[in-house]
Amino acid sequence: MTDSFKDLSIPIIARVEGEGALHLQIRDNAIQSLALSIYEPPRLFEKFLEGRSANEVVDAVARICGICPVAYQMSATHAVEHIFEMSITPWIHDMRRLFYCGEWMESHGLHIHLLAAPDFLKYPSVIAMAKDHPEVVKRGMHLHRLGLDLMSLLGKRSVHPVGACVGGFYAAPKPSAVKTVLTEFKRSLPLAEELVQWSASLPLAKSTQTFTSVSLRHPHEYPMNAGRIVSDQGLDIDISEFDQHLKESQVPYSTALQCHLHGKPYLVGPLARLNLNFDRLPSAVHTVLDRCKITFPTQNMFHSIVARSVEIYYAMLEAIRIMENYVEPTAPCVPLTPRAGIGFGCTEAPRGLLWHRYAFNAAGLVTSSRIVPPTSQNQARIEEDLRQSLMHYGLDHSDADLRLHSEMVIRNYDPCISCSTHFLTLKVKRW
Amino acid sequence: MEKPRIAIHKFTSCDGCQLAFLHLGEDLLDLAEKVDIVHFVEMGPINPLAKVDVAYIEGSISTPEEKERIQHIRTNSRYVITIGACATAGGIQALRNLGNTQEWMKAIYATPDTISTLNTSTAISDHIKVDFEIYGCPVNTQQILASLLSVLNKVNPTASKDKVCLECKRLGYTCVMVTKGEPCMGPVTHTGCGALCPSVGRACYACYGPAENTNTASFTQWLSSLGLSDAEIARRFLFIQNNAPAFKEAGLKLRTKKKP
Ligand code: SF4
Ligand code: SF4
Ligand code: SF4
Repeated sequence: MTDSFKDLSIPIIARVEGEGALHLQIRDNAIQSLALSIYEPPRLFEKFLEGRSANEVVDAVARICGICPVAYQMSATHAVEHIFEMSITPWIHDMRRLFYCGEWMESHGLHIHLLAAPDFLKYPSVIAMAKDHPEVVKRGMHLHRLGLDLMSLLGKRSVHPVGACVGGFYAAPKPSAVKTVLTEFKRSLPLAEELVQWSASLPLAKSTQTFTSVSLRHPHEYPMNAGRIVSDQGLDIDISEFDQHLKESQVPYSTALQCHLHGKPYLVGPLARLNLNFDRLPSAVHTVLDRCKITFPTQNMFHSIVARSVEIYYAMLEAIRIMENYVEPTAPCVPLTPRAGIGFGCTEAPRGLLWHRYAFNAAGLVTSSRIVPPTSQNQARIEEDLRQSLMHYGLDHSDADLRLHSEMVIRNYDPCISCSTHFLTLKVKRW
Repeated sequence: MEKPRIAIHKFTSCDGCQLAFLHLGEDLLDLAEKVDIVHFVEMGPINPLAKVDVAYIEGSISTPEEKERIQHIRTNSRYVITIGACATAGGIQALRNLGNTQEWMKAIYATPDTISTLNTSTAISDHIKVDFEIYGCPVNTQQILASLLSVLNKVNPTASKDKVCLECKRLGYTCVMVTKGEPCMGPVTHTGCGALCPSVGRACYACYGPAENTNTASFTQWLSSLGLSDAEIARRFLFIQNNAPAFKEAGLKLRTKKKP
């Protein structure tokens, strides 16, 4: 029976940060093959980092992704500090959180308003959406802007900031500069609260799936820079054990590296973080969520947009808390003495777990490196989700509808295809 | 009058330079009133083959597909502007040009043969005629808007030819080279960032690339006198802007220099 065979290819998935293609083959109302292919060319960071010094690594890895450079800098610097046996001060700890708050706001803000919301409200782009929903777009862009301001406070610019170094920061911001940002954050906090409520009121599909969430978990913080790697299926490991449980491999039809947890797909990112760390959120966040009709943990991937809004709101609360207690430190960084060894860094990038491993020689130069970005970890989960979602949605829908639905499903993961350390063009097997 | 049509294309890159548009915030909406953004994947519109007045190009050429795609863009665009180190000089990923791409691919991927990539990462201007280049990794919003304004007013955009040092002094920052002996690349680096690194007391690492008419030879000697080894100096030239001719030449000279 080949009558009902169709091959739907979406050449460019619009509004994914980066470019990818989905190849879907349907026969007799069943999915015969489904593959998400990524056009992102390899940039080979892991090789050219070899021979570089620790602080060069911090500036180099930022260039892996313009949307989440802080995450790359943070995972790298923690790994190096691990090798060089450095311990950071509470001030540095707080400032890194503050820095990360900015990046979450920036990245989630972009995603929600430029990529996801136009989907849910059925507009081709944010420009078109702004005509009918100016207040929504304005609010989003304002919160996004605040994230950029926070990144610039510590890093001087929001894309590839120059403020962070191994051991801390090159300079401490002036209290007056912190105060300016703080004032604006306090003034704008109600907007973030509104954002949460608005996102929860969107016409989100009601579809639940079984999947495993994976994120960092910290004894008392909502995770950003530190913690153990946990799952809702009982995983609880040190970041140095990542490799033994979460394996990158090549699937038969593809050249793209995909990550599996004990052989199964898993989810990382805001929804996974929230699912695993809901109890680590302050009561203010719980109160706002109580008013919405969405409860966490959730197994509905369409709640991702709510998770992102919640994290924007949380990031603002956390940033305000840190800035209110701001004092200028005696030193913005701790001194660095190179040592040979192997170290690991794992932090929560806006899109999820970002794992780095480095080996350094006694001269303080990299001898090997490995970077596992969040998108490669979500890759297998996206495909699994698409299979289920499209079956559930009904394969007899028109190609155009299937295409739209697939795009919406994929966008829940906010796949940053510029995590190009591991993204390749996927070859689809045809028969 | 019809609105000018612009396109923003991505090649091998980190997406950081096109954020100069996306980070415009509300000004992006204003911009969309004044110009017709016909192709910008990250923002929604997709029309890669559209005829446009201005095409902005982010990213370098590192795959056979990109080599071809850039030709179509040239044909369809009145004015081509490259943005950022990737597009103007091949980007940090051009470090493969000095290594062995095939071996690197093998080290990272189990079946590298199935991935189509070139042995080099090169600037857009190595492949087509480029009308204007904007340096930086990343470029910033002011640079982008200034270029757009010029083109829309039918004048050729210009950029300052100064070095970071000049900007740094004008802004009154303490010189990290003089006070701390830091190997600041400001004296040989193109202006435009606002001397961000010296503003936090660190040495410039040349993310804006080589300034015009720089004397890299005497600068190399200067860095030596600060106590840097040839290898260390070479790494400073061969970093974000490693494939920009002036830096490449200076870096390679040091790499191949015989030990005394
Ligand atoms: S020049 Fe730098 S910021 Fe721009 S795309 Fe390339 S790596 Fe990213
Ligand atoms: S700090 Fe660097 S850029 Fe500034 S004046 Fe000194 S050498 Fe030049
Ligand atoms: S590295 Fe140099 S050019 Fe780049 S931001 Fe720093 S000071 Fe500016």
